[in-house]
Amino acid sequence: MSIAIRSILAGALFALGLAAQSALAAPSGPPVRIGSTLALTGPLAATGLVHKIVGEIYVEQLNRKNGLLGRPVEWVLKDDQSRPDLARTLYEQLITVDKVDLIMGPYATANILSAMGVAQRYNKLLIHHTFGTPSLAKYEMQFPAGGLAGDPDNTIPKLVFDSLAASAKPPKSVAVVTSKFPSVHFISLGAREAAKKRGLREAAFLEWDFGNRDFGPIAARLKDAKPDFVWVGGLGLEGNLLIDAMRKIDYMPPLHFHLFPAPGPLLKAPGGENALAATTFEEHPPFTDNPVAAEFIRLYHERGAKAGLPDNSVENQSAISYSSWQTLEAAVTGARSLDDKAIAQWLKSNGVDAIVGRLRWDGPFNYIYGTDLYKVKQNQKGKWVIVWPKEFAAPGARLITP
Amino acid sequence: MALPSLTLLGQSLLSGLFIGALYGLLGLGLSLSWGMLRQINLAHFALAFLGAYLTYQLASVGMDPLATLALIVPFFFSLGALMHWLLARFSVSAFNSLLVSFGLTAIIEALIQWIWTADFRRMESGYGEVKFRVGSLYVALPELFTLAMALALSLLVWAWLRHTYAGKAMRAIAEDAPIAAAFGVDVRGLSLLLSGLCSAFAGVAGLCLALSYTLAPGQIYAWLGVVFAAVMLGGLGRPLGPLVAGIVIGVSEALTMAFTAPAWAPLVSFSLLIVVLLVRPGRI
Repeated sequence: MSIAIRSILAGALFALGLAAQSALAAPSGPPVRIGSTLALTGPLAATGLVHKIVGEIYVEQLNRKNGLLGRPVEWVLKDDQSRPDLARTLYEQLITVDKVDLIMGPYATANILSAMGVAQRYNKLLIHHTFGTPSLAKYEMQFPAGGLAGDPDNTIPKLVFDSLAASAKPPKSVAVVTSKFPSVHFISLGAREAAKKRGLREAAFLEWDFGNRDFGPIAARLKDAKPDFVWVGGLGLEGNLLIDAMRKIDYMPPLHFHLFPAPGPLLKAPGGENALAATTFEEHPPFTDNPVAAEFIRLYHERGAKAGLPDNSVENQSAISYSSWQTLEAAVTGARSLDDKAIAQWLKSNGVDAIVGRLRWDGPFNYIYGTDLYKVKQNQKGKWVIVWPKEFAAPGARLITP
Repeated sequence: MALPSLTLLGQSLLSGLFIGALYGLLGLGLSLSWGMLRQINLAHFALAFLGAYLTYQLASVGMDPLATLALIVPFFFSLGALMHWLLARFSVSAFNSLLVSFGLTAIIEALIQWIWTADFRRMESGYGEVKFRVGSLYVALPELFTLAMALALSLLVWAWLRHTYAGKAMRAIAEDAPIAAAFGVDVRGLSLLLSGLCSAFAGVAGLCLALSYTLAPGQIYAWLGVVFAAVMLGGLGRPLGPLVAGIVIGVSEALTMAFTAPAWAPLVSFSLLIVVLLVRPGRI
């Protein structure tokens, strides 16, 4: 038998072996049912859709592997219509009627808080990704997987002002403008304090009610105040509305940071060039060096396009969503159990290496204080790139100060 | 506290005027259908957003946003007439029209989300970039266009109702439809016409929304409160009312934001509404 034929036969046998192994590894038995709600309709639906796509990708990946504890995974997903009251009812339903084995958090602070109340009543573990007010989380079996610290009003302003201080042209004056939406408001107040401590002159401090439609007067006040840097404590499209209003009066501040923006629209907005924002993940090294992240990015591009998303790039929301699923998988596998208490115990004493970085929960109410996984990104030539801290910056990227 | 500059004052006044014009334009059809047809059409807001999304879609295939009116106005006119025909066919009362149109709003929102997803959409158009400088003040073309449309449509409807036979007949219908019919007024035809016009105005408001704002289906409800306040302040069935009230609200809000904490601005519209309800309760 020639060497070539032997090689082919060996290859075929190896392939057969792999196939057999994968057939053996295929999950079997009754499915592990994971219940959650997401804002699939209503004002938060744009981001809810991102979390839905990520969840579907992850569950498919799990089922292609060995499922959870060798069993297939079924995701029972309900639409909470962006309403905290409905989220509460639906989580109650998921636990008592659908009898799911595990629950996952919904999207956004108010809905997570609702779900947390139900989880506490039934002693269920709750892993969540987008809870913006950590001081309200008083349940021992809730686990944030979004990379936010227990004191984001300290860590995020510090991160941003550190990045500015290290730039070529550090600002001397700052305007803090913010929505009064709870999860952004207290971080913006932290920014105000941080700026004072660093000796920056406060050119303006303005607050608006969430849902404000007319940003013209706020833009005009900023133009009058002429700050070197504007901290925009905005949520979703608010930052875009402010930029639009500023452009209409022919004004743009040299630098502007947006706390929780709608990243796609801000990237494309005329006037959004050089805008800064906070993130845990962007599509460039060192993040893309992780093969798990690279595969997720490929799948997300594919699914996002299929779902008709105008922007299919993986960034903060999709990455923390994926990380929360990674946390659940790691915890169930690590605890070798579906028992909520056993999983919670495992998480308290173990960290998880997720695509956003290493998550851990060994602080009060499972939060870590004084440090987080957030970074500063900048819109450079129509692409979000991390510019700070340096070790996470995109190759060759640094903060542009016009 | 330092006094705000004249530029800040002027720019804020302009900003209030323009947003007020949009309130007025959104409120025009709502006020007419409520005051004259006794239909509280909550779906008006959903129709405006449907108009905005259709404008976005047509513009994204290369059509000039302003030219989209040639398609959107007749389409929305037919839609409005059809809606009225259905409501009349089933003798839906004013209160029930509120419920039915709320249901329609949810259906239109779901339709928008199904076609364009819940993600944000922004119409790319050359008009968005055009602005004029008047002294130290700036005027953006989309907002000027909104003001012009609001003024033109409100004045045209006012003139139509006041100076034409059909308009006077329409007012007679609003006063007492059976008596108007007894005098030979075509109640059915004129009601269909007005309903179609109201819906077409929603389509025009949709164009203005698409020119100035990033769209998301959930935003349908963001305009509801303030536009209702403008409609009530302006008086039901009065074509100039929503525009005047909208501008009063818009300017008051803008000046509040320019002089005090911007977070106080939303108090303005509803405080004005409460004052009017207390002082002139018969206005609504």
